[in-house]
Amino acid sequence: MTNNNKVYFYPMWLRIWHGINALGIIVLIITGLSMQSGIDSGFIMSFDKAVDAHNISGIIVTLNYFLFLIGNLVTSNGKFYLVKPRAFIKRPIKQAKYYSWGMFHGESAPYPLSEKRKFNPLQKYFYILVMYLAVPGAIITGFALLFPELIIEKVYSLSGIFVTAVFHSIIGFVISIFLIIHLYVATIGKSPLENFKSIISGWHHIHHGKK
Amino acid sequence: MMRNRLILIVFVCCFGWLGARAQSYENAQEHQCLKCHSNQTYTFHNDLMERQESRLMNPYFVLDTIALKAGVHHVFDCIDCHSYEYTTYPHSANIKLEPLATCLDCHGGDESFAKYQFERIDEEYQKSVHYQTYGDAFTCSKCHSQHTYTATARTSSNVQEIVEYSNNMCLSCHNSMQEYKLVSGKDNPELVEVHNWLPNQKLHFENVRCIECHTQVEDSLMVSHNILPKEQALRKCVECHSSNSRLIASLYKYENLQSRKGNGILGTMVSNDSYVIGTHQVPLLKTLSYIIFIGLIVVIIIHTIFRILNRKPDDK
Ligand code: HEC
Ligand code: HEC
Ligand code: HEC
Ligand code: HEC
Ligand code: HEC
Ligand code: HEC
Ligand code: HEC
Ligand code: HEM
Repeated sequence: MTNNNKVYFYPMWLRIWHGINALGIIVLIITGLSMQSGIDSGFIMSFDKAVDAHNISGIIVTLNYFLFLIGNLVTSNGKFYLVKPRAFIKRPIKQAKYYSWGMFHGESAPYPLSEKRKFNPLQKYFYILVMYLAVPGAIITGFALLFPELIIEKVYSLSGIFVTAVFHSIIGFVISIFLIIHLYVATIGKSPLENFKSIISGWHHIHHGKK
Repeated sequence: MMRNRLILIVFVCCFGWLGARAQSYENAQEHQCLKCHSNQTYTFHNDLMERQESRLMNPYFVLDTIALKAGVHHVFDCIDCHSYEYTTYPHSANIKLEPLATCLDCHGGDESFAKYQFERIDEEYQKSVHYQTYGDAFTCSKCHSQHTYTATARTSSNVQEIVEYSNNMCLSCHNSMQEYKLVSGKDNPELVEVHNWLPNQKLHFENVRCIECHTQVEDSLMVSHNILPKEQALRKCVECHSSNSRLIASLYKYENLQSRKGNGILGTMVSNDSYVIGTHQVPLLKTLSYIIFIGLIVVIIIHTIFRILNRKPDDK
């Protein structure tokens, strides 16, 4: 294999961010589930340990998130997260059709990856929603719960903390669902492990005709 | 005889008038006791030296005049409870030994206060750790200042206010080195450390009363007074963080708080009583999350099966 069909997709800072983020969010999901199950159940681990681990990894993921934000501001990686207004809806649908139909019928990927295009449109939308909506949302609600005195006391007749807590767990759920999809879709490639190797090594193979 | 009676009448009238003036806690600076007992300094005439003197007041003898006016016993004047001899200063030494009436002395067996169940409270209280350890030296007044007490839990409709009032009764001693040592002769354990297993401690102490965890809740008694040894304190979070919560059995049984319960569909779905952590406590969201999760797994399995069936020979 030569470097000709290899692209350096994931620079070092991005891989570091991604590694910390992945581990951090997995810890958050596991501890979050543990707390969700109630205080006495000791599901997975004891409640107070879960709270500590959740708080610590929450803070790490937050700091790490700034690495992602700043990295995408100052390097060219940010451009992959810009949405083209043209065929705003059509493009991701085309990609979804490919995943559910085309790829089983010998069609080639509608948006083959290249140096200019790191994500297919569907993937891009997902990443944008998660990284610029869900994760910041989880961070904000999470810190609000860490400092409950910051929260508005009453939202109509509901306790502000309650509303915040519910939002926080909805977002946590959304991120968990994203993670499952993310992991599964990453196995779609030349071989199931190929994309995982890329996010560790940084180099991605470009296959002409098929993703 | 006649003369004596006349003197007595004049005397009573004079003091009746003085008393009437003194009765009012409204103007503390004019009040015969509060002119000294509501200030950090007091002035008196030193008969020996023949001059006015100002001195510092013992801070523990300074009364909060606002709380005094709001207290249940505001109809009394100081000398209804304390010896009349306090009207002179320096107070004579022997009155320091005067016995003071206890809650039960005045309220025990009185029909008009039956709803407070003073006798039952006394009975429960005698089982509590405080009474068991210190006996009669630990009076009701250690928690209930006769000067300022108000039955807040009964009259207020603001949970936070009730909680704060009630908890201050405990904290005034458990968080005060002096008060605690006065009773026990030893140092007070740091409450923050004792309760460090409790997450969001500050929030809890603002929203639940100490007695919620530290007493045996009695259905027939408004405020349970049997403070149990620490080994029997409530640690189980679900007792409160569940829909059939202990708080309903204790704090929320006051009528003034009953209205909180019936506030519509949203209110009952996520009402304060059923406060629990996270979405799983909103049944709708719980079901929804299971459906989405299972749906996703099914889609992934089907997709994987198709991928395996479609595998090209060159794929591996
Ligand atoms: C001139 C100021 C002054 C006036 C007026 C005054 N006191 Fe005092 N009182 C003091 C001071 C100073 C002390 C603390 C020193 C002492 O005990 O003599 C005190 C102590 C007390 C104590 C606590 C005694 C103890 O040691 O436990 C009581 C009770 C009390 N006063 C009640 C009253 C009442 C009731 C009145 C009004 C009828 C009153 N005082 C009027 C200055 C005053
Ligand atoms: C309903 C009865 C009652 C009334 C009215 C009352 N006291 Fe007291 N007072 C008490 C009792 C009981 C104590 C002892 C408290 C204790 O044992 O902790 C006390 C204690 C005190 C003390 C000692 C410090 C303390 O707080 O323990 C002072 C000073 C005092 N009273 C002043 C006054 C003054 C001044 C007034 C009028 C403004 C007044 N009291 C009205 C019952 C009363
Ligand atoms: C010197 C007698 C006396 C003592 C001691 C006394 N009380 Fe009272 N208390 C009364 C009287 C009289 C009233 C009624 C006042 C009124 O009519 O406003 C009252 C009113 C009350 C009320 C309000 C009742 C109502 O429905 O308005 C409560 C609660 C109360 N006292 C609790 C206590 C507690 C607790 C103690 C002990 C810390 C105590 N009292 C000590 C005489 C006393
Ligand atoms: C360890 C502290 C403590 C002691 C000691 C104590 N109480 Fe209480 N008591 C409380 C608390 C806390 C409340 C609830 C506060 C409120 O009314 O808002 C309360 C409430 C009450 C009430 C009002 C109940 C109602 O139905 O609203 C009465 C009456 C009462 N106590 C009487 C007594 C009597 C009588 C004694 C002595 C035998 C006593 N208490 C001793 C802490 C104490
Ligand atoms: C959520 C329930 C809960 C609440 C609320 C709570 N406690 Fe406790 N508390 C406990 C438990 C459980 C223990 C036993 C801790 C242990 O033994 O490790 C305890 C222990 C204590 C002890 C014993 C300290 C020692 O080691 O000697 C004191 C005193 C105490 N609490 C006072 C308070 C006071 C005052 C408040 C209100 C400000 C309060 N507690 C609120 C559950 C609670
Ligand atoms: C005037 C001071 C005072 C007040 C007010 C007071 N306590 Fe205490 N309390 C003590 C002392 C002193 C001890 C230590 C008893 C001992 O030596 O075991 C104690 C012990 C305790 C314990 C621990 C018992 C154990 O097993 O070690 C608990 C729980 C407790 N208090 C709760 C409360 C609550 C709840 C309130 C308010 C409703 C309250 N206390 C009000 C002085 C106070
Ligand atoms: C005596 C009742 C009671 C007990 C026992 C209790 N709690 Fe709470 N808890 C409350 C109340 C009331 C609130 C405040 C709810 C509000 O205002 O939103 C609260 C709030 C909380 C919060 C903050 C809300 C959030 O989502 O961040 C957490 C976390 C919590 N409790 C966890 C626990 C844990 C863990 C335990 C057991 C170790 C426990 N609680 C025991 C009554 C209790
Ligand atoms: C064990 C967990 C994870 C693994 C194994 C994993 C794997 C991968 C792989 C293989 C890629 C590159 C291929 C592709 O772009 O699809 C990738 C990229 C990415 N992942 Fe993950 N991931 C994990 C967790 C997460 C989490 C939790 C998030 C966010 C909440 C996340 C966000 C992203 C983003 C935004 C990219 C694109 C980065 C860029 O190139 O700018 N990942 N991940």
